[in-house]
Amino acid sequence: MPNIRVRSAGWLIGSLLIFIARCPAAAATANQVTAGAAVHAWWFWPIILFFFCLILGILAVMAGVGGGVLYVPLVSGFFPFHIDFVRGVGLMVALAGALAAGPGLLRRNLANLRLALPVALIASIFSILGAMLGLYLSALNPDIIQTCLGVTIVGIAILLLASKNTEKPVVNKQDAIGLALGLRGAYWDDGARESVEWKTHRTLLGLCMFVLVGMLAGMFGLGAGWANVPVLNLLMGAPLKVSVATSKFLLSITDTSAAWIYMNRGCVIPLIAVPSIVGLMLGSLIGVKILAVAKPKMIRYMVIAVLFFAGLKAIDKGLGLGLLG
Amino acid sequence: MNTQNKEDLQPSPEQIIYANLLVIGVWAGIFILVATYVIYVTGILPAHVDMSLIPKLWGKGVNEYLEMTHSPHGWGWAALLYKGDFLNYLGFAFLALMTIVCYLVLVRGYSRQKDWMYTAIAVLEIVVLSVAASGILGAGGH
Repeated sequence: MPNIRVRSAGWLIGSLLIFIARCPAAAATANQVTAGAAVHAWWFWPIILFFFCLILGILAVMAGVGGGVLYVPLVSGFFPFHIDFVRGVGLMVALAGALAAGPGLLRRNLANLRLALPVALIASIFSILGAMLGLYLSALNPDIIQTCLGVTIVGIAILLLASKNTEKPVVNKQDAIGLALGLRGAYWDDGARESVEWKTHRTLLGLCMFVLVGMLAGMFGLGAGWANVPVLNLLMGAPLKVSVATSKFLLSITDTSAAWIYMNRGCVIPLIAVPSIVGLMLGSLIGVKILAVAKPKMIRYMVIAVLFFAGLKAIDKGLGLGLLG
Repeated sequence: MNTQNKEDLQPSPEQIIYANLLVIGVWAGIFILVATYVIYVTGILPAHVDMSLIPKLWGKGVNEYLEMTHSPHGWGWAALLYKGDFLNYLGFAFLALMTIVCYLVLVRGYSRQKDWMYTAIAVLEIVVLSVAASGILGAGGH
């Protein structure tokens, strides 16, 4: 069995890395990419994109990260699409994934509406502002967005590597805002065979953090699960399972508001968007099946390494250094 | 286990209605996306922007792309639904409108419980999402 685990994980990461290495866009400048894209028939890139997103969807589930956070840096770095379209589609990808996951999480009472609603309101307002700012900066000079995206992705990789989430944080006293909003609940833990009661603290600080989370999600077209979970879990004291589930549900609201801004601006090209959404959703379904026999921790480290590379590549591209091809 | 704890373990009725609506909406949305994409790529309906032209333009910024393809922004796509490419926007819009529909259920539920704080939060979220969807903010690209 360990051999199967290692082989399946290695095969997936290997496929992704081989694709990246051989991707015609990977080693080319922006102009060469545009010219190269025109050489292939119109169906070439959507098919490649579909399979790329299929693998990405599998890896995202196994590594415990959202599809959007992998999609935007990797597709903007290795495909010939302008970053405006990648961000627009990235949000649609994250939105579709979050909407699909929402019902199961709500029914099991893992995603908590009382916790999600106030947070979602703040994050969605600021994701709209982030989207508008991102599109404005991109119109000025797309390299600004590319560089900022690269810095953010490297930051996310460090956060994923360093953050030690707590399964069941201890909250001794609930603060006044948390009490007024009724931010408490309980869920049934299948593993421990017990009901887990929870409540929040440091609610005001947590809500303020979602200003930043919303801005980043909207500006770069990233789903923001990587930021939601640490804020809900480490700062506000919600249990890890509730934080992960509520974060996923939150994305369906935050990403909706930013996605409308990008869609209304014309940043969603159907030829690119549909293969991406369908590929990632199918990949996620396969990923859930593979998760039972794979070794997620190793895959998580490999995905973090890929994120580091994608972030550095975005910085390199944005600054026009040409150090990474 | 006390009564309060038992109650807390159960999802609220609004949560269940929200989940049920979402399940129907998501799969309907994905079906619309796939069906309209097949219509688009098989050429059953002619495209507004020729497919062979798109790879030459998708490396350009969105403003330049819209200008060169004479494509609309905002809700302009709704007038071009007879074109294969813009037909796909039905699926995107359907998915992006799902949250607003689900929030309407929450407003009804919370107001019945006289939970005015959460009623207000849900109403405000609907306003925010509706403003984003309306195209008032930043739809003008060129």
